[in-house]
Amino acid sequence: MGLDFTVVPDYFGVLMLGGAWTIAITIGAGLLSFFIGILFAVIALYGHWSVRLPVRLFAWLFMGTPLLLQLFLIYFGLIQIGIDLPAFVAGVIGLGLHFAVYNSELIQASILAVDKGQYEGARTLGLSRGQTLRRVVIPQAVRAVVPPMGNNMIALLKDSALVSVIGVMEITLAAQQAISRTYRPFEFYLAAAACYYVVNLALEAGLRRLERRIAASR
Amino acid sequence: MPDVPFIEIRHAAKSFGALEVLKDINLTVDRGQIVAIIGPSGSGKSTLLRAINELDPLTSGEVWLEGVQINKKLPHRQYEKHVNQVRQDIGMVFQHFNLFPHLTVRGNITLAPKMLKGLTTEEADRLAEEQLAKVGLSEKIDEFPSRLSGGQKQRVAIARALAMKPKVMLFDEATSALDPELVEEVNLVMKQLAEEHMTMIIVTHEMDFAASVCDRVLFMDQGVVVEEGPPGVIFQTPAHERTRNFLRKHLARAAGQA
Repeated sequence: MGLDFTVVPDYFGVLMLGGAWTIAITIGAGLLSFFIGILFAVIALYGHWSVRLPVRLFAWLFMGTPLLLQLFLIYFGLIQIGIDLPAFVAGVIGLGLHFAVYNSELIQASILAVDKGQYEGARTLGLSRGQTLRRVVIPQAVRAVVPPMGNNMIALLKDSALVSVIGVMEITLAAQQAISRTYRPFEFYLAAAACYYVVNLALEAGLRRLERRIAASR
Repeated sequence: MPDVPFIEIRHAAKSFGALEVLKDINLTVDRGQIVAIIGPSGSGKSTLLRAINELDPLTSGEVWLEGVQINKKLPHRQYEKHVNQVRQDIGMVFQHFNLFPHLTVRGNITLAPKMLKGLTTEEADRLAEEQLAKVGLSEKIDEFPSRLSGGQKQRVAIARALAMKPKVMLFDEATSALDPELVEEVNLVMKQLAEEHMTMIIVTHEMDFAASVCDRVLFMDQGVVVEEGPPGVIFQTPAHERTRNFLRKHLARAAGQA
């Protein structure tokens, strides 16, 4: 049986819809991982031990176990304790928390790298510790962390394929459906790869623009 | 409050372990007075300045501003609140400017007045325009600090401090990090403040500037005030050998640079 790519256009709409879900889940999980990452970083650096310890335990769990297992736990496991999340929501939460832990590491390092003079400049004006952190230190730390965090976002995009196992109709699962009807795995996995590649290019272009935009304010 | 000194430092001492950086320093500054602190590096002059607004708290001794003790011993939360309050009245300008790079010039100047004094955006903008006009940088209001020269950055930093309407301004080697040709524009702004009778305490290496602007000069060495007096006396007829030595070395170095 030779290769026949002519079947791919028949499933163009399915793949595009899959692409839309992949983008939605990447944006959702990306934003979640960004904000939770900041929160975790601040807690890890400045939190009282009673919040710092749970966050550290949580970080350790999420870094030390497979993402696939985490998704199963959130989607299938939580039902048992009465939390029945839609697959998309479970996927966003699982990916978001997983990458939040990695983002938190980056943000912690970049908060510590903000010049001490920035802190002194703000405190001298009368800003409190919290105000200084919120308005002076964190905005700078976040700007500094955009390039490495961009790499995390690209990893997140690719790892979003894992949510296919909990039934989110993103690119990978869309391709699998097409395959189950046409028995043409090579063609559709290749098509799926092309879809990821295109989304990835767009993401990279977006990140580069963001980097350029913040260049003057660093 | 006629009998309360404007600024009073009593028996200020500070040590890092066995190292004493300030030893029993007493100083009063009247409203509108301009005091220069000179001395070799490591003499404790910056530490003394930074003790005034609690950036480097004293080990012992007291700092008072208009009858309010700045370095009050208080429980942590109350202390933080108190310090945040008194710092609003004490402007400080740093050697390395410490402008916030993520904010425009406008953002740098309006941040604290908006957050701490509840100014509306319009009020704060007007304030920023006023202060920038004063330091001659009106046209830079929407620039980021990365687009400014060192001298311009320092003038913005002065405008930012002035926007809080402080009672006193502290200058910690404000021109030391600047290229020689940029020093003058910052000195001019400081002179202008002097003419407006802003109370200023200036840690500096620029003897000419200290001589032309200040009412009093303190010479510090090894954590003590060796001598103080009007600039004419300190620079022309210093009483102490240590002062003479310092000035001689300094003059030689300045001559070498020129």
